[in-house]
Amino acid sequence: MTYPENFKYTKEHEWVLVEGEAGTIGITDHAQSELGDIVFVDLPKPGATITKGQTFGSVESVKAVSDIYSPVSGEVTEINDKLSTAPETLNSDPHGAAWLVKVKLANPAEINELLAAADYQKYIGG
Amino acid sequence: MIKKVSRHIVQNEPLLFEQSSPGKKGYQLPALDVPPVDAEQALGKGHVRSEIEDFPEVSEFETLRHFTRLSTWNYAIDLGLYPLGSCTMKYNPRVNELVARTEGLAWAHPYQSEELSQGCMEIVATLESALAEITGMDAVTLQPAAGAHGEFTGILMIRAALEARGNPRKKILVPDSAHGTNPATAMMVGYTVENIKSNERGMVDVEALAKSMTDDVAGLMITNPNTVGVFEENIRKICGVMHDKGGLVYMDGANMNALVGIARPGDFGIDVMHLNLHKTFSTPHGGGGPGAGAVACAKVLTPFLPSPRLKRDGNLWRWNYDLPQSVGRVKAFYGNFGVLVRALAYIMAHGSNGLRQATMDALLNANYLRTLLEPHYEIAYKAPSMHECVFSDDRQSAKGVRTGDIAKRLIDYGFHPYTVSFPLIVHGSLMIEPTETEGKKELDLFADALISIAKEVEETPELVKTAPHSTRTPRVDEVTAARKPIVRWKPESTASKAAD
Amino acid sequence: MRYLPKSDFERREMLATIGLRSADELIAHLPADVRFDKRLNLKEGVSEFEIVDYFKQRAASNANGYASFLGAGVYNHYRPVIVDAVVSRGEFLTSYTPYQAEISQGTLTSIFEFQTMVCQLTGMDVANASMYDGSSAVPEAAMMAVRITKRDKVLVARTVHPEYREVLKTSTQHQGIPVEELAYTKTGRLDLDDLKKKLSDQVAAVIVQTPNFFGLLEELKEIAPLVRSKGALLIVAFTEAVALGLMEPPREADIVVGELQSFAISPSYGGPYVGIIAAREQYIRQLPGRLVGETTDAAGHRAFCLTLATREQHIRREKATSNICTNQALLALMATVFMSIYGKEGLRELAEQNLAKAHYLAGKVTPEFDGPFFNEFVARTNGKSPDQVNAELAEKKIIGGLPLGRFYPELKGAMLLCATEMNKREDMDTVATVFGKH
Repeated sequence: MTYPENFKYTKEHEWVLVEGEAGTIGITDHAQSELGDIVFVDLPKPGATITKGQTFGSVESVKAVSDIYSPVSGEVTEINDKLSTAPETLNSDPHGAAWLVKVKLANPAEINELLAAADYQKYIGG
Repeated sequence: MIKKVSRHIVQNEPLLFEQSSPGKKGYQLPALDVPPVDAEQALGKGHVRSEIEDFPEVSEFETLRHFTRLSTWNYAIDLGLYPLGSCTMKYNPRVNELVARTEGLAWAHPYQSEELSQGCMEIVATLESALAEITGMDAVTLQPAAGAHGEFTGILMIRAALEARGNPRKKILVPDSAHGTNPATAMMVGYTVENIKSNERGMVDVEALAKSMTDDVAGLMITNPNTVGVFEENIRKICGVMHDKGGLVYMDGANMNALVGIARPGDFGIDVMHLNLHKTFSTPHGGGGPGAGAVACAKVLTPFLPSPRLKRDGNLWRWNYDLPQSVGRVKAFYGNFGVLVRALAYIMAHGSNGLRQATMDALLNANYLRTLLEPHYEIAYKAPSMHECVFSDDRQSAKGVRTGDIAKRLIDYGFHPYTVSFPLIVHGSLMIEPTETEGKKELDLFADALISIAKEVEETPELVKTAPHSTRTPRVDEVTAARKPIVRWKPESTASKAAD
Repeated sequence: MRYLPKSDFERREMLATIGLRSADELIAHLPADVRFDKRLNLKEGVSEFEIVDYFKQRAASNANGYASFLGAGVYNHYRPVIVDAVVSRGEFLTSYTPYQAEISQGTLTSIFEFQTMVCQLTGMDVANASMYDGSSAVPEAAMMAVRITKRDKVLVARTVHPEYREVLKTSTQHQGIPVEELAYTKTGRLDLDDLKKKLSDQVAAVIVQTPNFFGLLEELKEIAPLVRSKGALLIVAFTEAVALGLMEPPREADIVVGELQSFAISPSYGGPYVGIIAAREQYIRQLPGRLVGETTDAAGHRAFCLTLATREQHIRREKATSNICTNQALLALMATVFMSIYGKEGLRELAEQNLAKAHYLAGKVTPEFDGPFFNEFVARTNGKSPDQVNAELAEKKIIGGLPLGRFYPELKGAMLLCATEMNKREDMDTVATVFGKH
């Protein structure tokens, strides 16, 4: 799986796509493959505040739970409703249709601390 | 070559609701010897239900047949070995079932007067005393309902003791090899959890512990032998490190089957511990419960034990509620008395020599298996095993086969799997505890099975990866069960399939 | 020792395989300062005959063959013989938790039936595979409500079983969940004014019991709207499951907890019992404990498995919904067999008999509270103290009701009487005589 160049990545296996002051957050393909069949996704409500480095939800497989750490700080503007009825989308399309939340960035400069695609790929040993 | 099992036909059976038919009865009540009462008049119309919708209506024999057929789909300790690490699946002596049903004990109401309950109270007192002796502790409570409940009680007592000294502190230290109930319990008592790394021998790293032990730490929860079946050889030092800085030590007694008669936690510095009566003391697992979680403690913690406690008043036992420092009540009434009866019967049957012999046989069985299996599976830690041994699936994973697959293939050989993927510090673990009530023949069959599977992994790994093949029910779709949970039957259920 | 299936010869063979000469070498690695080299100070092992006799002797110094009018959370109901016939089967009695679905379909199927029947009985959508008992289910429900509402206060009626309230307090005291009690009126039921006064936006849940500790039915239709108006959850508890055979179930509740001891579980001096927790559909992921779900197997047939395990301690660890590990599977099975044997009509008839017996007794003494009650009620023992009445009854081999002074000082001169289908008319007449009419 290729890791989109226009995404930024965290060591906890999240990605963020920044467009101006808006960000879209998801988990990487590596993360979904480690978890196995995803059965449930726990997301915050729109309007919630999320903070870089802190957890804002979790992803569950049958036998494991993984916290989701936020790559950026901001306010949640939209959550991906599709995941409540079709969590398996996270397995099939983690970088596209299975985005988790959209946020209004509080501090766009934060993304400079994140990994670029090539660095993330190296980090996971790809 | 599979020697322990062969194919056999087994009955199918639908759910009770699917055999229900209006008007079928399985009961008869005696005629009323008092005038009947109109429910709506007595309770008010709004309080009377019209019916219990969709409740089953079946006859007595159908009921018996239903559950009998269901039972034939289960594995059980009565059928063969359960090599489950830290579960201590041993023989459930049948005399225990008989004595628990003794009429004067089975029908005793917890609120009947103390004068009419002396037999029950004597049993509780005797068991408390025996468990105190076995653990080397000063006092025991039998109130908690299960192991996790006992853990909760023990940590609650630690908190109360520290509060009495002026500062409950903030953290509990938990080894990364601990059972999940340990950190879950600490949180319920208002503590945060800090994990302590295990060293390369699978034991608590004493230096790491000393570094983490500060004035903010209330206590340590330790399992000994630990979850890789290895005795914490530095236990005295560990307790010393904790005590020196005013902390207390809780021991998870799940592995007590390795210690009875040969080492006593109270002697090596433990302040409070729980015992799983449904593990070490043979009370039946019953498909998942009931259990009982006795808690034993050293003198420093006795004032904080749950209320009430037994006390002697002349020739009588009485329940004493005047315990100003008690943590309070953790369960209604006095504890799982029916389970306590069984545990006491077990202790009586063994006696002091028998208990020690049982422990030695448990160690012998585990080490025997370890010797037979070490050439084929990677032992997780080189330290001597006590009552259980832990392997990793390192050798087999090179062929793409994981511990979960090997476990499922073991089912085809006629055994229940060992404990899979626990403890977390061992990658791909196989945790094996045979207990003392397995004979050499059963152990040899088990070792043969695992050795045969190791060979299959080399030669025909797909066979292992898609196991089990011979069960009435093949692998079950746990993913859909979690994605779309259906936790009850409904009349319009469409998930029912044929041939059930 | 007769449970150990090895001969000394076999032990020696096994030691040789390991490469040891004596069993002592198995513990040689233990530090000398931890080894217990003495003998445990316990008697030697005794024969089966002696064990049976020991417990017979203990039972003999307990009440034997007494009629009993005690309820108060533990009830005397007849146990159909089929129940023990089923649970004594080794495949049920000695099986393990059904983590391996392929070889545990017996247990899993019966738990699925149990969960279903609990829902049918209580009017809830989902129920788990059981809790330790009714008393410990109450704090679990409170913690569920706290998680769901993200509020932290809990109100509990004084008419909830006193020991259940104690357990609630003990369990929540360190979780930042203050618990406040609600008064009852002279009708023996929840004081709605006190409820209105204490409700607020901080309250996560209100806990009531029906039939309540005094045996009276609470008016959930009046309580629920008040609770909802403040956005709190309504938790309804019950201790006498037989009441649900006849009584409209607590459909207004968000969470129902209770005790199924009445369904073929021996009183057994306080335990083991079997608790339940049930809730509305949307709260399923907040339920503690084990849950059995329906699914299919690889051959496409219906099968069952433990599900939503990620709520539980073995996966979620410190973030689990609870630390609970064990459920009461064997007792849940007893209750399931009982419910199957009695069935829809039987549970109703059983409840009707209980109603009739208790109302007959109540007619012969004077109930303290005026209101609808099921099979228990409070009565004053005018002229004599409750203890005196019980002493007199004991001489006639009758165990009287529970003197209430220990739990409700304001009811010092009264006792809680219970009559079930097992109580005979002549014994009730005796109780009435000893009470005397004043």
